[in-house]
Amino acid sequence: MRLQGKSQVHRVNGSKAVAALMAAIAAVLFALALWPALNPPAHADEDDNAVLPRQITYDSPLEVVVSQDGARLYVLCQQSETVRVFDAATFAPVKTIAVGRVPRGIALSASGDRLFVTNSWDDTLSVIDTQTLAVVATWSVGAEPSGVVEDRTGDRLFVANRISNDVAVLDAHTGVEQKRLLAGRGASYLTMSPDGSRIYCTHVYPNPSPHRSAPESEITVIDSKRAIVLDRIPLHAIAGVFHLAFSADGRLGAVAEYHPKNLVPLAHLEHSGAFAYTLTLFGTDVGAPVEIPLDEIERYASQPFGVAFSPDNSRIYVTIGGSECVLAIDVPRLLRFIRANPRPASGSFARDLAASANYIVARIPVGHNPRGLSFNRDGRRLFVANRLEDTISVIDTRTNRVAASIPLTEPHATSVKRWGERTFYSARFSFQGQISCSSCHIDSSFDGLTWDLEPDGFGRDIVDNRLIEDLKGTEPFKWTGTNPDIPTECGPRTEKYFWRSEQYDDLTLADLALYIRSLPPRPNRWRLPGYELTPAQGRGKAIFERASDKFGKPVPEGNRCSFCHSGNKGTSQKSFEVGTRKPTDNTGLFDTPQLTNIALTAPYLHDGSASTLEEIWTVYNPEDKHGRTNDLTKDELNDLIEYLRTR
Amino acid sequence: MKKLFAIALLLAASMPAVCVPPAMPHYRFENFTTANGLPDNHVFSVLVDGDRIWAGTENGLAVYENHAWKTYTTKDGLAHRAVLSLALDSRTGDVWAGTMGGLSRISGGRIDSYTQLTSGLSNDVVYGVSVEGENVWVATAAGGCRLNTRTGQWSLYNERNTPMVEIWTYGVSATPGKVYYAVWGSGVLEFDQKTARWDKYEDPDGENEIVLFKDQGLIHEIVTSVSYIDNILWAATYFGASRYDGRYWHNFLTKDSGLPSNFINSIKGVDASHAWFCTDKGLAYYDGVNWAVYRPALKDGKPEMTVRDAQGKVTPATVSSAPAHNYILGIDFQGSDIWVATAKGLSHGIRQKQ
Repeated sequence: MRLQGKSQVHRVNGSKAVAALMAAIAAVLFALALWPALNPPAHADEDDNAVLPRQITYDSPLEVVVSQDGARLYVLCQQSETVRVFDAATFAPVKTIAVGRVPRGIALSASGDRLFVTNSWDDTLSVIDTQTLAVVATWSVGAEPSGVVEDRTGDRLFVANRISNDVAVLDAHTGVEQKRLLAGRGASYLTMSPDGSRIYCTHVYPNPSPHRSAPESEITVIDSKRAIVLDRIPLHAIAGVFHLAFSADGRLGAVAEYHPKNLVPLAHLEHSGAFAYTLTLFGTDVGAPVEIPLDEIERYASQPFGVAFSPDNSRIYVTIGGSECVLAIDVPRLLRFIRANPRPASGSFARDLAASANYIVARIPVGHNPRGLSFNRDGRRLFVANRLEDTISVIDTRTNRVAASIPLTEPHATSVKRWGERTFYSARFSFQGQISCSSCHIDSSFDGLTWDLEPDGFGRDIVDNRLIEDLKGTEPFKWTGTNPDIPTECGPRTEKYFWRSEQYDDLTLADLALYIRSLPPRPNRWRLPGYELTPAQGRGKAIFERASDKFGKPVPEGNRCSFCHSGNKGTSQKSFEVGTRKPTDNTGLFDTPQLTNIALTAPYLHDGSASTLEEIWTVYNPEDKHGRTNDLTKDELNDLIEYLRTR
Repeated sequence: MKKLFAIALLLAASMPAVCVPPAMPHYRFENFTTANGLPDNHVFSVLVDGDRIWAGTENGLAVYENHAWKTYTTKDGLAHRAVLSLALDSRTGDVWAGTMGGLSRISGGRIDSYTQLTSGLSNDVVYGVSVEGENVWVATAAGGCRLNTRTGQWSLYNERNTPMVEIWTYGVSATPGKVYYAVWGSGVLEFDQKTARWDKYEDPDGENEIVLFKDQGLIHEIVTSVSYIDNILWAATYFGASRYDGRYWHNFLTKDSGLPSNFINSIKGVDASHAWFCTDKGLAYYDGVNWAVYRPALKDGKPEMTVRDAQGKVTPATVSSAPAHNYILGIDFQGSDIWVATAKGLSHGIRQKQ
C-alpha cells in the first residue's frame, strides 16, 4: 500500500505538483504562525532549555540579612545557590559567593565575623568569613538543614533540620554535632530572643494528630545555654509555620502561619473557605498566645512568610508570598484591639475578617513571591527578597512605599518554567486571592493534611495530600486516578472548584504544568551512596519482591508489593482495590501512589487514615488485600519499612 | 607485763570497732501518696531529673517540681496509664517512659508515643528503657528493641537473632560499651557495642532451685533487673542477686548477705562496689562490705533500719521514718538523697548527718 501510494505521487503532473507544493508551504507557514497560540512551549517540549536559547539560572532570593554595621546586604539566592553581597547604601554589588545545593537558611554569627548558610539538599552548612567573603568551612549537618542561629557566646550553633524534624546543636568552632533536640515536624526556622536566652523553632508541617482532627503545631522553645527544649507553645489548628520575630524589648513575639480549614468541605472560598492566614502573638504584651488574622474581608493575605519588627517596636512587617505584598501592622493599634476585645475561648480571632482593619495600616505591593525581609540599622529601610522576581524591594518605612528595587541578575526573558512557578505560588487566580497551589503544596511539596474536596460530594472521598516531586511517569492523578495528566488535574477542575475564579488561559496552564512536571525529587536520606542497601533494607527488598510467603505458598502476582508498586517510581500507574475503602469513599478503587520519598509524607493511604507506614499493614490490611503481609513477624515488617524508606 | 599492757591497750582500742555498727547512710523519709498529690499509690518507677522527680504510677506519669505534682495521662498522649519504667536522656532532657501500652517520649511537655501498631516497637508492654547516646534501648514482653532517634530505625532483638531463649525481657541497662538485658527465664544477655555481638549469662544450675557451687555464675535464670556501671554488672533475680566484674561472679542471698529478701524487683549500682536492692521486704543498700535495710517493720509497720556488718552482725538503728512500703519497685538518686518507688507511695529519703 505504501509503495502504491508513493507511485501515485510520482504520477502527478507538473503544474499540479507546483500548486500542491505552494499549498503545502502556505499551510506550513500558516501553521508556524499559529504555533505559539495553539501549542504553548511547554507542550512543544518539556525541556526548558529547548524553549529558550540558553540556560537561565535565576537567583531566586529567599532571605536577606543586613550586616551588624549596616554596611552590607547579604542575599541568600536559592536557585543560583549563592550568597549575593551588596553595599547596603548604594546597592552596588560587592561579591557573589557560591554555596551548596538549594540553600535555605542564613544567619550572622554573634560577633558578625561569620555568615552561616544551610544547604538543604547537601545536608551541609557553609561558613563564610565576612571579611574575606569566602567560604572557609563546610560542615555536615542533619537532614535538609534550614534555619540556623548562633548563641550569644559564639560557642554553639543551632540548625533546624526539616526532614529529621529536629534541631542540631553544633560546636560553633568546629562544626562537630553535639546532639539533636526534638522539634516540630518539618523544623525550619530559628529565632533567638532579644536577650539571647531562648531560641524559638517553627516547623512547616503539622505534628502528627488523630485522623481528621484539627492540625497541631508548636513553637519549640530551647534554652540556649543548656541546649535543651524548655517548652512548646501549642499552635492549635495551625499547619505551616514560618518566620518568627520579636520586638526589640522582647515583650512581644509574632509568628507567621497558615490556618487551614481542612475539616470542612473545600467548597466555600466565597465564605472564608480554605485557609485563614494569621499571626500568633505571644509574650508579656499579650499574655496567653493569641491568633490574629492578616486577611481582609474581600482580600486575603495568602501565605505569610517573613516577619520583622521595626527597631522602635511600632510596626510589624509581614511578607505575603502568595499575595505579592508586604503588610505593615501598627503595633499599638494591634495591642489595643487585642485588649479591647473579648478574647475567644480558642484564643483565635482568625474567623473575624474585619479584625485586620484595626491594625493593618499598609499593604505594600512588591515583587513576585516575597519571602525574607530585614531592616537596616535605623529602621528606615526594609529590604524584601522577591523570590520569583529576582529583585530586592527597598521599602521606605516612613512612607511604606517601595523606594527602590535592586535587580539581582541581568534582565532577561522569563522562562516558561518561571512563569509556571509564579502561577504555582500566586494566589491571584483564586477567589479574593485566597489560595494558590503552594498553600497546600508548601515549598512545592505537600502539607501533611487530609482534605475534603467538594467535587466528590460533601463529606465524601477524604483525600491525603500527596508529594508532587518527580511526577513524570506517575500519571494518572487524583487518588481515584481519574485525571490522566497534569493539565487536567490543575486545569478546569481546579479553577472551578478550588479557585472559584476564571480559568487559566492555555499558556498559563501549560506553564504551570511544565513547572510541576519539572519538580525534581529531593535526595533520599535513607539511601546509601551507590544505591547499596543495609542488611535490613536488603531483607526488606526481598519481602517487597517475594513470590512466596513464609509458609512456602505462592503469593499471587497481584498481591506482591512489587506488582502494583512497580518501576523506578514505585507505581504501575494503575488503580487497584486493596481493601482500604471507607464508608465515606465513593469507590474502593485507588490509584497506586508512587513511592518517591515515601518516608517523608505521612499520613498514608488515600484518606490519610494510616498515621505511619506501619499502620498500613498493622491496622488497615486485615485480609492481606494490600499485599500479603500478615505472615510477617514484627522485625520483618520493620525490614520492609526500612526498604520503603529508600524509595 | 609490757606485753600484757599492750594487748590490753589494743583490745581497748578495738572495742569501739567491735561494738559500733558501721556508719551507713541514714535518711529521713518524706512520703508522697494520693493524699498529697500522687495520681496513684502504686509507683512502678522513679526518675530524678535535676530538681524534677518523675514517678511512673499505675495511673499516669507524675512529675514533682516546685513542690507540686503534675500528672500526664493518655489524654496528653501517654501510651498507657501504667508507667513501668523511666529513663532520662541527659543530653536533651527528654524522658522516656515504658508503659503497659507502648513507649512514650516526653520532651518539653510534648508526648510522642510509639506502639507495636504505629511504630517498629516489638511489643506494647515495655518493662524497661535505657538511653545511650542517640539510641533508646527497650525491654518488652516480646524481646528487646533499639530505636535510633537520629534515623528512626528500629532494630529488634529476639530468639531469631540473639541467644535469647525466652523473649520476655524485663530490664535493660545500656552504655556506650555494653548493653545488658534482664531476661525472664533466660538469664542476662550482653551486647558488645563494638563487635555487635551477643553473649549470654545463665545460671549454671539451670532451672533448678539450688546452688551447687557458690559464686559459680548468675544466681538464677529469672532476671528482673540489670544495672551496668563502672564495668560492673549488677543483676537482680527473684532468687537473689549477682555482681559480675567480667571474670568473677559474686552472688547475694539472704542467707549470706544483708539482703532482706531474695525476691528482688530492681537493682541499681552506684559504682563498682555500692548498690541498692529493691526487694519485696524492704530497701537494701550494700557498700561493698556492710548492708543496711530500710523499711516499715514487717511485724508492726514501724520505721526500721538495720545494719549488717562484715561479720554478719545485725544491729538496729534508731530511725523515725521509713519508705512508704516495704514492697520496693525502684530507686533513683538526687545528690545524697534517694527517691524510692513503692507499692504504696513514693518516698523521698533525705540524707541525715550522722
